[in-house]
Amino acid sequence: MRCIIVDDEASARAIVLELCRTIPEMEVVSEFPNALEALKFLKHNQVDLIFLDIHMPKLTGVDFIETVSNPPKIVLTTSDKEFAIEAYGYEFIVDYLVKPISPERFQKCAIKLRNAFRAINSSDDDHQMGPGEDEDLYINIDRRLIKLKFGDIQLIEAKGDYIEIQTKKERYRVHSTLKKIKEKLPESRFLQIHRSYIINFAQIVDIQDNSVLIERSVIPISRSNRPELMQRLNLL
Amino acid sequence: MAEIPNLDYIKEISGGNEEFEKKFLNIIQTEFPKEMNDYLDFLESNDLEESAKIVHKIKHKLGILGLTGGYKLAIKYEEDLKYGNTNLREEFQEILAAVEEFILKIA
Repeated sequence: MRCIIVDDEASARAIVLELCRTIPEMEVVSEFPNALEALKFLKHNQVDLIFLDIHMPKLTGVDFIETVSNPPKIVLTTSDKEFAIEAYGYEFIVDYLVKPISPERFQKCAIKLRNAFRAINSSDDDHQMGPGEDEDLYINIDRRLIKLKFGDIQLIEAKGDYIEIQTKKERYRVHSTLKKIKEKLPESRFLQIHRSYIINFAQIVDIQDNSVLIERSVIPISRSNRPELMQRLNLL
Repeated sequence: MAEIPNLDYIKEISGGNEEFEKKFLNIIQTEFPKEMNDYLDFLESNDLEESAKIVHKIKHKLGILGLTGGYKLAIKYEEDLKYGNTNLREEFQEILAAVEEFILKIA
């Protein structure tokens, strides 16, 4: 998610920026102290998401919403609750964060955003080829293309410039990144639970406190990824 | 007893990232005195609408610095100012003084 932060308070921007750092897929590409500068930027740049303050001098967040053409997803950030109900009249407004934003509330917002973008992506998948449930993944090992079935992959671990793909039988070392392989995996089956780990959801043996057991591997769950993992569990 | 500002929220956000904490405190040390001066100037010139706007910004910082009571008072004061009511001026001034003192202490 490429995002920008628009807020006239530097302290508020710094907090949102720091909170974004806890969400692996969020990339803050720029930040702006006023809506006019943000509008100029958006004329020549595309983003997926805007964290937008409502109360700003000259052009307010509301003015901005009314002005921007083809708006991306927007998360409102403000110290007032009064705009919340009105905000949901706009379909591109995903969430409304009241300042000071708590890390827990921000994590919930990240889940909403993931769901919103997943819905967009799945609708795009109806028209485009994407990683399906029964597809395979080919990895390049010593000039050999090895076929891995998604169902056989247990977990993927980032190790510097490499990733290690653990299957039921073997562990493969591939020159790639978690970000790249994540794009090739079906989201319905795989989940990133830590900066260094993606797991196959079906391979979970059990979950204890802040770790997941897969086969005999204990995988840490980061604080930022835990809410999404818990949300996807079929809990009794 | 008057509330004392604290850095609990900053530490929660930073997750131990000292670089962020340092950077953030620098921002607050620059931003708060300016906002406080702007607020006092607007109040002095009886521009209560603009005063309310600055109180709105300061309100966020009171929340950041753990001043729960101060934050609530700022919400009320901001609304009052919009209607020309400055009754909470003295109480708000005490909160500002506490924040100012705290900021000088952590500098």
